[in-house]
Amino acid sequence: MRSFEQHLNDFSQRHIEIAAISVDSTDDSRKLSQAKGYTFPVLSDPAAEVIRNYGLLHPKGGEDGHDITRPAEILIDSSGTIRWENLTDDLRVRARPGQVLEAFDSTIGKLTATSGK
Amino acid sequence: MKRRHNILLWAGFVLVLLALLTYIPIFAVFAITRDVPWVNYLLFLAGGILLGLGLRRAFGHPEIYRGKVLGSILAGLSVLLFALFCFVIFYISKAIPASETAVRVGQPAPNFTLANWDGKQVSLSDQLKNNRAVVLIFYRGYW
Repeated sequence: MRSFEQHLNDFSQRHIEIAAISVDSTDDSRKLSQAKGYTFPVLSDPAAEVIRNYGLLHPKGGEDGHDITRPAEILIDSSGTIRWENLTDDLRVRARPGQVLEAFDSTIGKLTATSGK
Repeated sequence: MKRRHNILLWAGFVLVLLALLTYIPIFAVFAITRDVPWVNYLLFLAGGILLGLGLRRAFGHPEIYRGKVLGSILAGLSVLLFALFCFVIFYISKAIPASETAVRVGQPAPNFTLANWDGKQVSLSDQLKNNRAVVLIFYRGYW
């Protein structure tokens, strides 16, 4: 998430919003966001409802055995359709901003570029 | 005659400790040294080489160098620490459920409204307004 914050310009240039989601309380998310200086929304889904809807539940994956989300990055176009996703199988290996930007450019960006002409 | 200290053993062990302890606070911060922890592997390797040289001195020239017992202990500990590191990298780090249940590319993204940390409600449909795209980052939290 730190690297996404560093590439905010690249995302805003392409009109891409960033939002992070976890089961953390708004309090924990505030501490995290303020400590790291995140300017994008860091949303709380304490009951993991949205996480379940996205099929990303990691049952009992939390430190004290409660349900959390598996890591994932999902790119959604303005019609609400999922255009790209990264479902890592390794906690340490997350999508880099460049991968998301590339995915945008080769899917959504391509379409808007041609339809805009 | 007093035998010499075998500094290689301690130097090797310190490198092994560094290899283990620097990953999370330093090298895991940057994708280039996190995804494949090559800096930490190199530190383990360098530590192992120094320990090996130290042990060779201790056992090859016990009349000059100390460290047969100490070196064996430090080497044993180092092997355990390396095993711990590998356990975290190859097992703990991959202990997440399979992704079969996840929403798929081409499917509609389920709408949601969730609270931001500043108390504001944020919904996906609002974020997508004005022809904008959204990248959602699902993260495990509390760390």
